[in-house]
Amino acid sequence: MFSNINKLAFANIKILEKQLKESKKMSNKLPWYIGGLLLGLSILLAVTLVKPVGVSTQFVIADAIIWNQVDDSIIQKDETAKTGYSSSNKYLNKSGGKYAKNAAKPLNYSFVFVIAMIAGAFLSSRLGGDKAEGQEKQMPNVWRERFGDSLVKRYVTVFLAGFIVLYGARLAGGCTSGHMMSGIMQTALSGYVFTLGVFGAGIPVAMLMFNRKGN
Amino acid sequence: MQIFLAIILGGLFGFALNKIGATNPKNIINMLRFTDLTLMKTILFAIGTASLVLFIGLELGIFEIGHLSVKATYWGVLIGGALLGVGFAIAGYCPGTSLSAIVAGRYDAIIFVVGGLLGAFAFSLSYDWFKQSGLMDSAKMTLANTGVDAYTSMFNFAPGWLVAIILAAIFIVIAIFLPKQLVKSTK
Repeated sequence: MFSNINKLAFANIKILEKQLKESKKMSNKLPWYIGGLLLGLSILLAVTLVKPVGVSTQFVIADAIIWNQVDDSIIQKDETAKTGYSSSNKYLNKSGGKYAKNAAKPLNYSFVFVIAMIAGAFLSSRLGGDKAEGQEKQMPNVWRERFGDSLVKRYVTVFLAGFIVLYGARLAGGCTSGHMMSGIMQTALSGYVFTLGVFGAGIPVAMLMFNRKGN
Repeated sequence: MQIFLAIILGGLFGFALNKIGATNPKNIINMLRFTDLTLMKTILFAIGTASLVLFIGLELGIFEIGHLSVKATYWGVLIGGALLGVGFAIAGYCPGTSLSAIVAGRYDAIIFVVGGLLGAFAFSLSYDWFKQSGLMDSAKMTLANTGVDAYTSMFNFAPGWLVAIILAAIFIVIAIFLPKQLVKSTK
């Protein structure tokens, strides 16, 4: 008899646990307008307190730091340059060696901003935000359903995608955060032109790749 | 002080990116193929509300115009945007979200970032060529008059705050009325 009561209690607890888990899952999913206000606040504070958000430039800075380990003409102290630094690479040397200087002194606002961004994302993911579990860690299911389980296929594609995304972002002079969000917020024409390019190419590619039945 | 602000502002931005689900490539891909536009609504609402408060604050003199920084418009912006769009659709990552997705446990984001570092490196090498091609010839233009002399305004006949508020309102209205789904998922 006792064991029966025990079983019943145990089953009840299990149901309660499940309900709690589900309600937690629900509460973790922000309504879109709250999420929008949160994101809006973060880009607004950045532009009012310091300067518009930007990420893709820091890929160049990270490159320059690594590149300079191999070729030390990449970051040079230069009294004649506006920033006090110059580079043998024309891109790193532009605007009076701005990028060369930032790579020489990575403890600057923009670089630290990106490091802090990663830390902030980590914090949110551990506090019920987006966190990959199980198979999602290797690749998103939306990919797996259409292109199968092959890790090589996903990783080679993603590598090439990363390459063209950053190449494109540097050609455009900014990425989603700088051009699209911060740019349009300031009513910059460049933000609209950039967004036209992104969605003009991104929507048809996503439709062709993912809007069909799995193989 | 600048570094302190970098930590706070960067942290908040990364927190928001993760919280709204932008670090999940599924949400990006589903947005671009119109099967789930929640993220689109979020981003439009973010831009609209931020722009609204920014221009009201500038008009009232609460914010300093010195912090504005408008990027130049040139042909490379359109071409580069399109290149980014292709990779964005294939992978479901952009530069900021890929870095943030790594710490949400996504291994493919690491590969994306490695590809990205090489892509940025390749651009550093080809910059000079682009510079000479004329694709980088630029002008800094805005729709609303910001009051910054260096930026040419396209709608000069109306006060900047008015143009900005109208644009912000358009974004907010689209964010509210855009359906969450335009195409049914084939899954």
